[in-house]
Amino acid sequence: MNFKLKVWRQKDRQSPGQLVDLEARNVPPEASFLEMLDIVNEDLLAKGEEPIAFDHDCREGICGTCSLTIDGIPHGPSETTTCQLYMRKYKDGDTIYIEPFRVRPFPVIRDLCVDRCAYDRIQQAGGFISARSGSAPDGNAVPISKPNADNAMEAAACIGCGACAAACPNGSAMLFVGAKVTHFAELPQGQPERTKRALAMVAQMDKEGFGGCSNYLECEAVCPANIPTSVINTLNREYVLASFKDALV
Amino acid sequence: MIGALNSNIPSGPLEQKWQGHKFNSKLINPANKRKYSVIVVGSGLAGAGAAATLAELGYKVKCFCYQDSPRRAHSIAAQGGINAAKNYQGDGDSIYRLFYDTLKGGDFRAREANVYRLAEVSVNIIDQCVALGVPFAREYSGLLANRSFGGAQVSRTFYARGQTGQQLLLGAYSSLVRMIGTGAVEMYPRTEMIDLVLVDGHAKGIITRDLVTGKIESHSADAVMLCTGGYGNVFYLSTNAKGCNVTATYRAHKKGALFANPCFTQIHPTCIPVSGDYQSKLTLMSESLRNDGRCWVPLKKGDNRTPQEIPDSERDYYLERMYPAFGNLAPRDIASRAAKVVCDEGRGVGPGGLGVYLDFRDAVQRYGRESLGLKAGEEGKPEEIQTRGEKAVKERYENLFDIYHQITDENAYKVPMRVYPAVHYTMGGLWVDYNLMSNIPGLFVLGEANFSDHGANRLGASALMQGLADGFFIAPYTVATYLASQKPDKRPKLDHPEFKKAEDEANALTKRLLGIKGKRSVDSFHRELGLIMWDFCGMARTEKSLQRALSRIPTLREEFWKNVNVPGENESYNTALEKAGRVADFLEFGELMCLDALERKESCGGHFREEFQYTAKDEEVKTGIVCEGDVKRDDTNFAHVAAWEYNGYGQKPIRHQEELVFERQKPAVRSYTK
Repeated sequence: MNFKLKVWRQKDRQSPGQLVDLEARNVPPEASFLEMLDIVNEDLLAKGEEPIAFDHDCREGICGTCSLTIDGIPHGPSETTTCQLYMRKYKDGDTIYIEPFRVRPFPVIRDLCVDRCAYDRIQQAGGFISARSGSAPDGNAVPISKPNADNAMEAAACIGCGACAAACPNGSAMLFVGAKVTHFAELPQGQPERTKRALAMVAQMDKEGFGGCSNYLECEAVCPANIPTSVINTLNREYVLASFKDALV
Repeated sequence: MIGALNSNIPSGPLEQKWQGHKFNSKLINPANKRKYSVIVVGSGLAGAGAAATLAELGYKVKCFCYQDSPRRAHSIAAQGGINAAKNYQGDGDSIYRLFYDTLKGGDFRAREANVYRLAEVSVNIIDQCVALGVPFAREYSGLLANRSFGGAQVSRTFYARGQTGQQLLLGAYSSLVRMIGTGAVEMYPRTEMIDLVLVDGHAKGIITRDLVTGKIESHSADAVMLCTGGYGNVFYLSTNAKGCNVTATYRAHKKGALFANPCFTQIHPTCIPVSGDYQSKLTLMSESLRNDGRCWVPLKKGDNRTPQEIPDSERDYYLERMYPAFGNLAPRDIASRAAKVVCDEGRGVGPGGLGVYLDFRDAVQRYGRESLGLKAGEEGKPEEIQTRGEKAVKERYENLFDIYHQITDENAYKVPMRVYPAVHYTMGGLWVDYNLMSNIPGLFVLGEANFSDHGANRLGASALMQGLADGFFIAPYTVATYLASQKPDKRPKLDHPEFKKAEDEANALTKRLLGIKGKRSVDSFHRELGLIMWDFCGMARTEKSLQRALSRIPTLREEFWKNVNVPGENESYNTALEKAGRVADFLEFGELMCLDALERKESCGGHFREEFQYTAKDEEVKTGIVCEGDVKRDDTNFAHVAAWEYNGYGQKPIRHQEELVFERQKPAVRSYTK
C-alpha cells in the first residue's frame, strides 16, 4: 500500500514547525501505523535525511508512550492506542495528517514528541497513598467489596497517555485527574488522604494550565483505556466535598 | 584479574538466613542517612521500588530513566500476575513450595539461598501493594483472588485483570512520585546512563546523556543501583519494549562488573507469529490463556486444511501427550521447545509453517454446556452452546482476544489462535552476591538486570515478584552494610579526574558515531544481528551454530563501525543516535552470549544444546520421567554460574565460576510428566 503523509516537523521546542509532505511506499497492510512510520524513516535515512521523531515504546498499547494526532484525532481511528492501529484500516492512496498531541501544557520537543511531565507533576501533588515500604498490614486484613475493587480497577486502567487533554477543546485533564482520584477514593486505603488529594491534584492541574470540563466528552471518545467520564463527576464531587471540609477545619 | 567469587550467603539454616542476615547487617543512624546519596538507574518495579524506599529511609536519591516518565518502564507490560506464597486458597502452598517450584522451574541453576529469600518476601509484597492501593482482583467476600500459572500445581498468582504489571508499576510509581514531591528523589526522565564511574575500585557515580539536549553530565554518589531490565532486544524481535537495551549493564561490565549466565534467555511459547520483515516487535499472548486453550498441530505433515476441517483423530495435542501431569500448563521453556519440535517436523501451521494452534473450541463448548446446565450426553442447540460459551471465554480473556483480533484481524472465538515462541525475558544478568552487590563494591544490581533468582528458566508471574522484592525489601537493607563502610559526605567531587575521563570518552563515542556517515541504518544492523542470534543462539543451539554466530558477529560489528548512518547532531533530540549507541553494545554483547552458550556444554531450562538431550535409550525416558528430546543437565560439570570478565574490545572474556551450593534441595531430574 502507498500513502501520502502530511507530517508535523519541528526541530525543537523553540523553533517553529510545519506540515511536511512525505510518502509511505510499499507498506504491507498487516503493518502497524508505527511500523509504517518506521518504513518512512528508513526511506528518509537512505536519502541522508533525519528520521521523524515520534514517541513509542511497548508497542502493545499499555505503556502510554505513543501519542500521535492522526487526521485531527488523538490516537486516530485506533480502538485503543496509536501503536495498535493497523494499516489495513486505510485505503491505498489515502492522505494522512500526522501531528503531535496539541495542548499547551504538553510542549513539542521535536516533530511528533511532546513533553507530558505535567501529568507526573499532577500525580506528585497527591496521586498516591503514603504507605511506607514495610509498614503494611496483611493483604486480606481489610476486605474490599468486589464492586469497589472493580470500580477502582476501571479507573486505575488509565495509561496516562494524555489523549484526553489533547482531544478536549478546553485542553482539560479532568479525565486523567478524575481517574486517579476515583481509583483511590474507591478504596479504604485511600480514605485518610482523600481530602488533601482532591484539592492538591486539582490545584496542580490548574497551575499546569489545563482547562476545565464543560462536557464535550471528547476525552471519553478517544481514551484508549475506556475510562468513563463518570470519573469526572466523581472528581467534581470529591473536590466540592474536600473544599467544604477544608473550609470547616 | 578477579579472585574467587564470594556469594556471601549467610550461614545458618535456609529458613533463618535472611532474618539472621538482616540482624547482622549494619545500620546507619537517621542523621547520617541524609549524608549518603544513592543513584538508581531505571524506574521499573525494582528501580521505582528501590528509589522510593531508599528515600523513605532518609537517603538522598537520584533516579534516571530513558522513558518520558518513570511510569512507562517496561514492567508495565506484564500481563498475567504475581506469585506469592500466601496460601490464601488453602491449597497446600507455602514459602517452601514456592521456593521449590521456582528452583525446579529454573532447572537448578539458581542460587538456593536467594530463591528462598524471594519466596519469603513474596508475602510482604502483596501486603505492600494492597496498602499502596493496587486494585488486585477480589472475590465477592472482599478477599483477594488467585489463579494458576505454569509450572505450579497450586493457585498462588495474584492479578489485576490482564494488566497486573501495569497496576504494580503504577503502585511503585506512586510511591516514587510521592518522594519526588518531597524533594527526597531527584528524577531525570529522558536520560540515559552512558557509563559507570569507578573511584578507587568503587562505584561512585555515572555519566548520563540527556536524550533531548544531548548534554553529557556527571553524577556522583555513594552507591549505584542498576535496575535496567533485560537484554532480550539483542534478538531485535522480542516482546520487550522498543527502548529496552543492555547499555547500562554492558557498560558496567566493561568497567569490570561480571556478566553471569548471559546465554540464559526465556522464549515464551505463546506469541503472535512473525508476519513479515517490516515487523518491529512481537506481542505476547498471556500464559493465563493456557488455562483454557489447548495447543495442537495436525498429525500429518503439510496438512493444508483449515483447522475446523481437521477432525480430533488427526490432531496432535502435543503438550497433553508429552507432559500429561501439567498438560497445557507445562513451563515456558518446555512448551516452547515442544512447539519448535512439531514445527521442525513440518507440522507447523500458517505462513512458513512457523505456528501452532491455541484452540478454545473445547473451552467454548464446555462453558456453553455448563452455562445451559446440560448433563453429559444431553444434546443442546449448537448455536446456543456456542454463544454462551463464547461469552464465558470473553469474560475471562476479552482483552487478549481483542489484541489478537487487532493484530491479526482474526476472530479467535471462532478459529484457533496461531502462536509461536518468541524471546521474552532474560534470566542472565550482572553477577551479584547475596546482598545484590556486584563484584564492584558499591554497585548493586536489581530485578531482571541481575542473574540470581530464576536460574535457567523463569516461571510465569515471578518477574514482578523479583523486581518488587529486590526494590522494596532487599536492596534498601543490604545497601546499608556497604554504606556503613564508606565515610558519610565523602563521595568524590565532580571535578575528580575519573569523571572528566568518562565524560570525554562519552563525548568521543557520540562524535565517532556521528562521524561515520555510512550507508546502512542502525535498524538494519540490529535486524541482522537479531537474525543471527535467533537462528544460531535461539531456541536450540549447537556447537556448530554457535561457532557460526561467533564468526559472523564480529564481521557485522566491523561493518557497523565503518558503514552505519547516523544523521543529525548530538545537541538535539536524535533518536537515530540514541539507538546507535544501544545497537553498538548489542553487537558486542551478542558475542558474549554465544560464547557463554558455547562453553556451557549441557542443556538446562531455556538453554537447549542439541548435543545434550534425553534419547530413547535413557532410563529416564523408558520409565517416563522425562520425554525424548528433553534437556539433559550435567550436574557434575556445570552446576555453577558462569560469570564473565571483560578483557578488552574484541578479546576473549575470562570465564569465572561460582559453584552452586544446594544445602536443602538437591538437584533432581526436572519432571513434568508425572
